[in-house]
Amino acid sequence: MNPKRIDGEDPDRLYTVTGGRSRTEESTFDSVTLVVGECEPRAGMQSEHMRILRMCARPTAVVEVSAALGMPVSVVKILLRDLMDTGQITVRHPSSASTAANVHSPSSETLKQVLDALQRL
Amino acid sequence: MHSNASEAPAYQTPAPLSADAHDALKIVVVGGFGVGKTTMVGAVSEIRPLSTEEVMTEAGVGIDDPSSVRSKTTTTAAFDFGRITITEDKILYLFGAPGQERFWFLWDQLFAGSLGAVVLADPRRLEDSWYAVDRLEAHGMPFVVAINRFEPGPGLAALREALSLPDEVPLVECDARSRHDCKTVLISLVRHLNDLYALSPAREGTP
Repeated sequence: MNPKRIDGEDPDRLYTVTGGRSRTEESTFDSVTLVVGECEPRAGMQSEHMRILRMCARPTAVVEVSAALGMPVSVVKILLRDLMDTGQITVRHPSSASTAANVHSPSSETLKQVLDALQRL
Repeated sequence: MHSNASEAPAYQTPAPLSADAHDALKIVVVGGFGVGKTTMVGAVSEIRPLSTEEVMTEAGVGIDDPSSVRSKTTTTAAFDFGRITITEDKILYLFGAPGQERFWFLWDQLFAGSLGAVVLADPRRLEDSWYAVDRLEAHGMPFVVAINRFEPGPGLAALREALSLPDEVPLVECDARSRHDCKTVLISLVRHLNDLYALSPAREGTP
């Protein structure tokens, strides 16, 4: 992902780095990619797929699907990929995902919106 | 056994997002066991915090060295999250994540692309925060440190020194149960981000 960072890592921390690399390889979904169902659940579908389609009638983040199904995020990503490959869901990726950076440097407009929202809390 | 369809399901979908929701942002609250991460997330979240888990992805681990036994181990990390609506199309997800070394794979698998982090520290167990502080610095992830004050103790200057925290990293006190305090902590992080990026001319022209 970022060769400089990998070079700078201690060997005993490499598992984290390799975890990052595998994430890049299967970067179809971010943890907060929003999933939108594009069809109704049908009889005969795998039950997890049906639950996902029911939940995702409105946009729902990958981690929320994971919490609802009680399954690890990486497992949920595989289920979601099945649904996406067959056109049953569409996805809205976070703008940070396009930068391929560890840290998302947002626009000043986004920061202002976040600040305003926090101040309204 | 199937429950009656008219009964409430075990998982109640929290208030759904706007149909126009398009862009989700992330901030991570990281800290040791029992320091109050979930409490902090819950204090500001518009939904009751949800919890789930992630397992360390095996793919890639040990590929460079097929004999590595490390590829045989699996680590599971539980984490909580909540959310705050920012605008009609933007949502902020707040994650509460364990700070111990063995859980840092979460940062690569889940938290990459975060705006920044809050290190929530217990002044009686500052050593629990050392690893997180080091690691965030190594990742270049902007962060603030929030001291969850359980009882009177050393002042902020002493805590800053004990954490070897550079002057530019904000250090604030809070009560993780207080919505007002947690809101203030998050605002201090966003202001810190503003300052950082205002100082960085390299960002000009970034799409």
